[in-house]
Amino acid sequence: MEALTWTGSLGTILNPALAILVSLLAVAIVAQIVLGFFAPAMTLQSNPDGTLQARGGALGMAETGVKYLFLATLAVVIAYIVIPLVMPYGWAGIIGEMSKRFLPVWVSLIALFVISSVYKRKLGLYGKLFDSMVGMIGFGLVMFWVFTAFYVGFFDMIITHDYLSQVSGLKNKTPGVPVPEGTEGVIPHYLLGGDNLARDIFSRMVTGSVFVIAIAPLATIFAFMVGITLGLPAGFYGGKLDTVLSFIANLILAFPVILLFYLLVTPEIVETGIPSYMAAFLFVFPLIFFGVLLNSRYYTQPAKRNAIMIPVLGILGWLYLSVINQKGTVINFLPEWLDLFDISILVVFVSVVFVNAPTVFRIVRGLTLDLRTRDYVAAAQTRGEGAWYIMLWEILPNARGPLIVDFCLRIGYTTILLGTLGFFGLGLSSESPDWGSTINEGRKLLLIFVHPALPPAVALLSLVLGLNLLADGLREESLKD
Amino acid sequence: MGLFILRRLGIMILTALCLTFIVFWLTNLTPNLEKLAKTQGNARMSDEAVVSWLDNRGYSQALPVKYGQWLGVLPGYVIEGADGEVRARCQEPGQPLEDASTFCGILQGDWGFSTVFKEDVSGIVATRLGLTGKLMFWVMMVMVPGALIIGVLAGMREGSRTDRSLSTVSIISTATPEYVSGVILIAALATKAFIDWDTIPFKGTATSAMDDATFENFFLPVITIALYGMGYIARMTRASMTEVMTAQYIRTARLKGVSFPKIVLKHALRNALIAPFTVIMLQFPWLLNGVVIVETLFNYKGFGWVLVQAAGNNDIELLLGVSIVSVFVVLITQLISDIGYVFLNPRIRIS
Repeated sequence: MEALTWTGSLGTILNPALAILVSLLAVAIVAQIVLGFFAPAMTLQSNPDGTLQARGGALGMAETGVKYLFLATLAVVIAYIVIPLVMPYGWAGIIGEMSKRFLPVWVSLIALFVISSVYKRKLGLYGKLFDSMVGMIGFGLVMFWVFTAFYVGFFDMIITHDYLSQVSGLKNKTPGVPVPEGTEGVIPHYLLGGDNLARDIFSRMVTGSVFVIAIAPLATIFAFMVGITLGLPAGFYGGKLDTVLSFIANLILAFPVILLFYLLVTPEIVETGIPSYMAAFLFVFPLIFFGVLLNSRYYTQPAKRNAIMIPVLGILGWLYLSVINQKGTVINFLPEWLDLFDISILVVFVSVVFVNAPTVFRIVRGLTLDLRTRDYVAAAQTRGEGAWYIMLWEILPNARGPLIVDFCLRIGYTTILLGTLGFFGLGLSSESPDWGSTINEGRKLLLIFVHPALPPAVALLSLVLGLNLLADGLREESLKD
Repeated sequence: MGLFILRRLGIMILTALCLTFIVFWLTNLTPNLEKLAKTQGNARMSDEAVVSWLDNRGYSQALPVKYGQWLGVLPGYVIEGADGEVRARCQEPGQPLEDASTFCGILQGDWGFSTVFKEDVSGIVATRLGLTGKLMFWVMMVMVPGALIIGVLAGMREGSRTDRSLSTVSIISTATPEYVSGVILIAALATKAFIDWDTIPFKGTATSAMDDATFENFFLPVITIALYGMGYIARMTRASMTEVMTAQYIRTARLKGVSFPKIVLKHALRNALIAPFTVIMLQFPWLLNGVVIVETLFNYKGFGWVLVQAAGNNDIELLLGVSIVSVFVVLITQLISDIGYVFLNPRIRIS
């Protein structure tokens, strides 16, 4: 087997085309920025024939040029992804083979975008996202990793080799290296080369997405539950409660995050059981949240309330006990048949929730302080509604815009935090394929071999960037109302 | 104003006490102490030997007592150990017991002794802080002007193409944590992986920058930290600038016929920079994070590197010293940002 090149036979035509287009695009962008400083602000001006005035002159040309050059570059990039799908194995090089591996993801993405664009007027805020270019790019990047994690996690589809198996002779080998005869795997190459333990970097990178996609949103949801349950009363009642809670929140925020991680996520601390107690404390908030939410709405109809609340709280309670109950820690009282799952990285999960919750608390508190003076709150008070009903069913829905935007940003921030934990080797095993740990592994030999550290770094960057762009698009669209 | 500062100072001291107590409690948990005994004494000590080792050195006292001694408000212990030797907290090596002072804690300026570096904590913290100070100075020199220029340019014409492209740049920079941008920058600029340099322009480590910082060995760590903070400050500046540009007095100036550059520089800029000032101050805690990552990545042995060493080896007194400094950095910057906000904003200053 020969080693794969980056672009294979496709490169002979597409590479020069891409190079020319990118350099032209760069020139056009620079020209546009430089000219933009001298040009007067553009105002809409309609011509007698009913058309609108476009900007003329050099700047106008630069602007049109940027637009078309960008579209042409995009077309070439898409060609790199699409053409290999119909070429036989090995012809289209590493990029082509990677594109083939991601085929289920492409299909799902296209289906999702087509369906969402068709029905976008009926889908509320989510549908409006498809009016904003930035939001669409961000959503595309995020969903790319969500689908990747889905297909890898449930069907083992995209990976090419086992992410833990070491193949002798492939240590630190460059991308596209052929594996020895008889090695198990879907294809006979390491697409992105081997790491310093001779494992397939491509498979490790895509497996790492499962870890991030599974943990980051969940941890953010828990942080939001804690922040909302405490922030609403703090902002609504004010007074002593607010002072105490705000002081505690500021206390946690004044801690440098890395110091906190180093203090919390060590084997010695896990031995004392502090993370388990913290989990027991922090994870009870979803129970409180849903309990109060349903009770405040339905307490006037006890029969209906019981019918809804008992199953909801029962399932949540069972999940709660299964999460905090773990073999080998201080909280271990459930019989085995009742314990649904064991989370081996509970301590990572807890510390990420713990770090995020105070910021959410501050945001919710600030929003509540603002919203509690509104007329609809006064109206609800006049109707005689309870305080919790007003907080959860009047104020919270009206605060959803900023909270949804912050939720997207916070998932990105949580991803960065998880990466930081991995980067310092805290709480995760060194075998773990998550992006932070692989970057940490790769950086040790970075000056000699760059290829092990770059794929996880780019993957993490693209996911966080996607979440940031998505948040930006959502903010823009929700402000238009 | 005076009362305001006093109240803030009071809260600050209370916060600092709470935080150091938490760090003290977490580092003094039994498993941590046992580990300390085994690394300091003998790795194969029996359980009784561990207990007596801890007893002899005052580690088995009650937590508030230990904390008080460390702080310097309670007299240091004098313990006659099971092995007959008398040890005192305040005894210097080689000093007779009678000459030892009664109180020795942070308040007396005695920061303790690092078990990893075998040096006084105050000395280690001072030298390492100096090195990090050098790094931070250059980060600020790059980050603040860069961020303000990007933010002002983007914010002066909201919705223009310049605005959109610069905003995208700042979103990208906030989405790139230091360990990602550092790795990418090293790969691109300090190795021959992407560009076949004749001579590689930058160094991938900053160890030599500790003695002699040059553009070659110091640029990458500085730009790595600066990039992450830059985007955030730029976005805040942009938001504040767009708000100012829609204000009445700017419209008046435009109607009077003042030229656009003059409006931006003379009328808008001053008011637009109030909000970014507080944001820049509040960036310090985040920068501290970046410093730890970058110093580890570039092997620059500054304050962040010491934090990792102290925490990784459970060097209790060094870790406490490091946390005090970092907590105070955070709290003081918060204080300055509050005072500065009041000071810069005439509407609040007068009321």
